[in-house]
Amino acid sequence: MRSHSVSVRRGVLAGIATCAALSLAACGSSSSSTPPASSSSPSSGSSNPLAGGAPKGTVVVGSANFPEDELLAEIYVQALQGAGIKVTPKFNIGAREVYYPQIEKGAITVIPEYNGALLTTSVDTTSKAATTAEVDAALTAKLPSALEILNPSTAQDKDSVTVTQAFAKQHHLTSITQLKPIAKTMVIGGPPEFKTRSDGLVGLKNNYGLTFKSFSPLDESGPITLAALKDGKVQAADVFTTTPQIITDHLVSLADPKFNFAAQNVVPLVYKPGVNSKVTSVLNEISAKLTTPGLLAMDKAIIIDKDPYAAVAAGWLKAVGIKS
Amino acid sequence: MSWSQFWQYAAANAWLGVVPALIGLVIAVPVGIACVRWRLLYPPVLSATNVIYAIPSLALFVVLIDYTGLGNLTLLIPLTLFSLCVLVPNVVDGLRSVPDPVRQAATAMGFGPTRRLLQVELPLAIPVVIAGLRIAVVSSISLVSVGALIGVNSLGYFFIDGLQRSFNEEIYAAIVGIIVIALLADLILVLVRRLLTPWSRSRGRDGRGGAAASAGVPETEQAVLAEGMAR
Amino acid sequence: MSFLSFAWDWLKSPAQWSGSGDIQLRILQHLYYTGLALVVAALIALPLGVLIGHYGRGGFLVVNLANAWRAIPTLGLLVLLVVLFGFNTVTWLLPLVVLAIPAILVNAYEGVAGVDADLKDAARGMGMTDGQILRKVEIPVALPLIMLGLRTGAIFVVATATIEAEIGLGGLGRYIIDGLATSNYGEVAGGAVLVVILALLVQVVFVGLRYLVVPAPLRAQARAS
Repeated sequence: MRSHSVSVRRGVLAGIATCAALSLAACGSSSSSTPPASSSSPSSGSSNPLAGGAPKGTVVVGSANFPEDELLAEIYVQALQGAGIKVTPKFNIGAREVYYPQIEKGAITVIPEYNGALLTTSVDTTSKAATTAEVDAALTAKLPSALEILNPSTAQDKDSVTVTQAFAKQHHLTSITQLKPIAKTMVIGGPPEFKTRSDGLVGLKNNYGLTFKSFSPLDESGPITLAALKDGKVQAADVFTTTPQIITDHLVSLADPKFNFAAQNVVPLVYKPGVNSKVTSVLNEISAKLTTPGLLAMDKAIIIDKDPYAAVAAGWLKAVGIKS
Repeated sequence: MSWSQFWQYAAANAWLGVVPALIGLVIAVPVGIACVRWRLLYPPVLSATNVIYAIPSLALFVVLIDYTGLGNLTLLIPLTLFSLCVLVPNVVDGLRSVPDPVRQAATAMGFGPTRRLLQVELPLAIPVVIAGLRIAVVSSISLVSVGALIGVNSLGYFFIDGLQRSFNEEIYAAIVGIIVIALLADLILVLVRRLLTPWSRSRGRDGRGGAAASAGVPETEQAVLAEGMAR
Repeated sequence: MSFLSFAWDWLKSPAQWSGSGDIQLRILQHLYYTGLALVVAALIALPLGVLIGHYGRGGFLVVNLANAWRAIPTLGLLVLLVVLFGFNTVTWLLPLVVLAIPAILVNAYEGVAGVDADLKDAARGMGMTDGQILRKVEIPVALPLIMLGLRTGAIFVVATATIEAEIGLGGLGRYIIDGLATSNYGEVAGGAVLVVILALLVQVVFVGLRYLVVPAPLRAQARAS
């Protein structure tokens, strides 16, 4: 009896010790059994095995932390898989300030970007480029050599200064310039990074002379921002122009005649050593077929109708005739 | 609701939660033994665990990004640290809770200090240690969700996505998922404890809070503090 | 570590101590979130824990339920409440209250349930009623553990109240969330340092409270056991 229970105990302890040892080993090893949700397996190719390199030969498609970018990333993933390319998705990374250093060093290889925002946030904060052509030229000139943008699509999703319909009516607003006299009584909201970005508060001050009463950090044009606008906690907010609630909540995005917000076409940003011509041709095909109305319709599907990203992406790819 | 994604993230959540607790155990046992052996070591160690435990988990994750990137390791290191904070006091307390007469009897029977530690003190400390491990595992599994804020996705991803799309079902599913995973892990540990401590299968003998004793709950204040630790 | 020096630079800079988002404001907000949550949690958990300990029923349930309770992800609960109920006090308060309850409840229960049976016998022998035993014997003897539960709960809430920044509120979490969004890791580290300091201060306050509230002989006894 006694020896039996002792050996049971030894067995269980040995089991726990083995589990712990295996866990330690699994941490440091590259394995496909590691949860696919984040690519942490080191490869012989990447310089920092702990920093999230993916198995060699796969394209790591990342996305920022808002639904539209994740949707675009999902489209990229499916189209690339349809072309027989191995893909590792890495969604919901964070704001550009978080994921840009990652793509710079190749931990991510592809991410759906917005050319103007990319330029003014991370590449050249002093740039005055405004139109698509100017922005693309500036990017091509100023991006680090390992990165490049592919062909931009006509689809745009821009930051904006948006107000409620009631507020616009009350102050007869159609353009950002008209905010000058009332800005100091207004609280403006946006994602936390809006405070420091060059096309955020800083740009609004430089381009339009606006000094707001205060800034309220909210979210990425999501329910927190929209609720704050509706409840009057903020009088204006940075709402992305393809946000479906602009239509359903009757919001007004003010005109931006001085191009504080540069053109923001959807464009794939790639880490050159991580992609080949097959990858770039698939991504260019997607960009060619993407339009702003199409993007808006998909945004409505995922945000208002709560359809799964995979289904919406698959539906669009099928409709435009790209294999997935 | 994308169920295949759900199961993937659930598996990730379980793995990312359990592993740091186990690693924490592996580290906590020798550290605890050292703290019992060299009494002066314990107060500074205890103070350190108090300080570390007060650090917001997200802050710790973010600070590590520069060093360990956006992969699993950025999550695993802080979670292991937090587990340590719970487990070291429990190991110390478990060892200290071994009654002196038992220790003396072992010495009288000819057990050297190492053998006494391995065959008498550690086994008797098991209930207290496992009580701490249960807490560490449950807290860990729950904390993994915060990693979604830096893109290390688990069931926490559905909190972010669910918030952005006002998608209730996702959030419910993720909360329930996390609780179920944690409870399963807890149950397994309770079974493990029963297997490892056949002598305590008869209900609470020491007269102090019968229910608490059979639940393996430690009784000294320090241990209760550790027991109460959670996030 | 370099981020500590970033934190120090950030903390030193006068911009943090003035203006609309200054540290004093954030600390006050943070203390407000923590204090309110702790008070509400105590109002729920203290009576419950004491009564369960007194009547001796449901103790098993309490201890094991507390463990299940700890599994509830605070971020998840917060997000769920936002999506269901929008933005009001309950939305941000409830997750913190839920977080603090297990620590307060379990310790209150342990404290009262662990009162020496002989002590209660003696009190009964002296003619005390049930209610008097509770008030004059059990609760005072349980005070060290009750205070410990409150202290533990307070520390959890101080550390976790940083989460409120995720839904656009204030508090010290603002530095962590904003710092993350702008890759200003000095801000993140600075915010974390402030949270830790605040938590340590809370500990000190509770140690002081314990000194005031718990009679000396009980303090010594609790230390010795």
